[in-house]
Amino acid sequence: MSVINLDHISYKPMLPEVKAAMIDAIDKDYFNPASQHKSGEMAAEILQSCREDVARFLNAANPKEIVFTSGGTESVNHAIKGVALANAKKGKHIVISNIEHNAVIRSVKRLKSMGYKVTSIEVDESGRVNPQDVANAITDETILVSIMHSNNETGTILPIEEIAKITRERKVLFHTDAVDSVGVVPIDVQALGVDLLSFAANSFHGPPGVGGLYVRRGTRIFPILDGGVQEHNKRAGTENLIGIIGMGAAAKVALEKLPTWYEHCLRIQNKLVADLPKVIDEYIINTNPEHSLPNMLSVSVRYIEGESVMLMLDDDDIAVSTRSACATGSLRASHVLISIGLSHADAQGTLVLSFGKDTTEEDIDQFMSSLKNVVTTLRDISPLYRKRAAS
Amino acid sequence: MYNKVVMDHFRNPRNVGVIDDASGQGEVGNPLCGDMMTIYLKVDDDRISDIKFQTFGCGSAIAVSSMLTEIAMGKTIEEAKNITNKDVAKALEGLPKNKLHCSNLGADALQLAIQDYEDRKAGKVRPRESRSEAHEHSHGEQCYCPYCDIELEESTEFCEACQHSLTEEH
Repeated sequence: MSVINLDHISYKPMLPEVKAAMIDAIDKDYFNPASQHKSGEMAAEILQSCREDVARFLNAANPKEIVFTSGGTESVNHAIKGVALANAKKGKHIVISNIEHNAVIRSVKRLKSMGYKVTSIEVDESGRVNPQDVANAITDETILVSIMHSNNETGTILPIEEIAKITRERKVLFHTDAVDSVGVVPIDVQALGVDLLSFAANSFHGPPGVGGLYVRRGTRIFPILDGGVQEHNKRAGTENLIGIIGMGAAAKVALEKLPTWYEHCLRIQNKLVADLPKVIDEYIINTNPEHSLPNMLSVSVRYIEGESVMLMLDDDDIAVSTRSACATGSLRASHVLISIGLSHADAQGTLVLSFGKDTTEEDIDQFMSSLKNVVTTLRDISPLYRKRAAS
Repeated sequence: MYNKVVMDHFRNPRNVGVIDDASGQGEVGNPLCGDMMTIYLKVDDDRISDIKFQTFGCGSAIAVSSMLTEIAMGKTIEEAKNITNKDVAKALEGLPKNKLHCSNLGADALQLAIQDYEDRKAGKVRPRESRSEAHEHSHGEQCYCPYCDIELEESTEFCEACQHSLTEEH
């Protein structure tokens, strides 16, 4: 079955180089990198070379600043809870934005129940945080600012460098959740000026279930998994060496190919924006046109509901993601879409189209012809569309 | 996620549309999820001779509306008064738990349409607004967890049974 993948934010196919490296790693039966015998040391060397590849990809000053984890969620939990616990004596105040991923929202919620205070900064209608609002939110008690690099629902990129200047000056640690950015736009942790940065291997066509946390040297952080001394005492547990080898291979390819991938995605994004008005009317583009990832477009189609659209496109073998409350199993419309000013009804019709280096113009043509039929069918059923036509 | 019966009614919804000279009309809307359903009835000799629907909502909401119209078609008004949301879900051979109380509004819309029909017959004129009633995951006085279907206190923030947060954003 050949499916057109317009849901790259959920899954990006692994690179052939990644698969080959992982299969080779399985065949070689590496030992535990923590063991001191020859076989263990060999595994430790492989682990180190992967760490160097990932560090180079993110331009970390030292490979030791890369902590391997089980993915974006663990990295975010580690950054927030690890910094909060390690710095509790200094203060218990954390600043986030109101469009963060649930990994951030629920981590700080957990901390709130333990006596921490959280300020959530509202984004403006363009979906971006005003750095001045961060400056205003920081108090003597503030120990951490956590603002995402790009939003996973709209693709909007936030002004991380400007915020980092403020946190540096105020001597507050700064974490950015860059899970959707790494592998899509160039990420240079030193240029960004952040102290902590979360990423996941699958964002750059590596295996799912592996990721990492960049921790600038000297950052005060506790592990959230206690046990052995792996990962320079920052994350206990035997390393997922096969997954890490896959991530290392992905980082090497991504470092070289990212500019090509970027250009390709931008062409697809431009085509989507140009072709949409030819097939449907009355829709809203939620992605910030000036500051956005090139591989994503969030579109709210008015008078219809996203899950229905997703299911009908699925019948045509086109995979998309929707942010309607019904589809996500939550009670309310997406907090991200409401915070950029969408009404609940419009938020319900939101599709997140995300694509990649292998998406073709023909894929988009096929999507457009399918979308046209789906929107017509669903608007014929919709009482809202009829009311709008009558008014 | 959905069973075959639900997907069949979603893919090929029965009785979609509007009856211009309807004998009764009922609309329910859910302000939280945004699902909305309108039912149109044509009644001859106290029997539903035609029924049509329009729905804004997820796959489950569309399947529920379609199934409801199939159940109600041809029934007498007295028979149709006994149709419940539970009957519709049963005829669909089950709905996902988190959909039971947000998209399963079909019978509510039908009952409002019947009420409208009877009011018109009795010569009562109701302002249009009073016919659209908010449906907030509640049935009468009771609230239910949309995830596990357990009855809840109105001010509950967490479902005790499944530990799902009911108040958090997103």
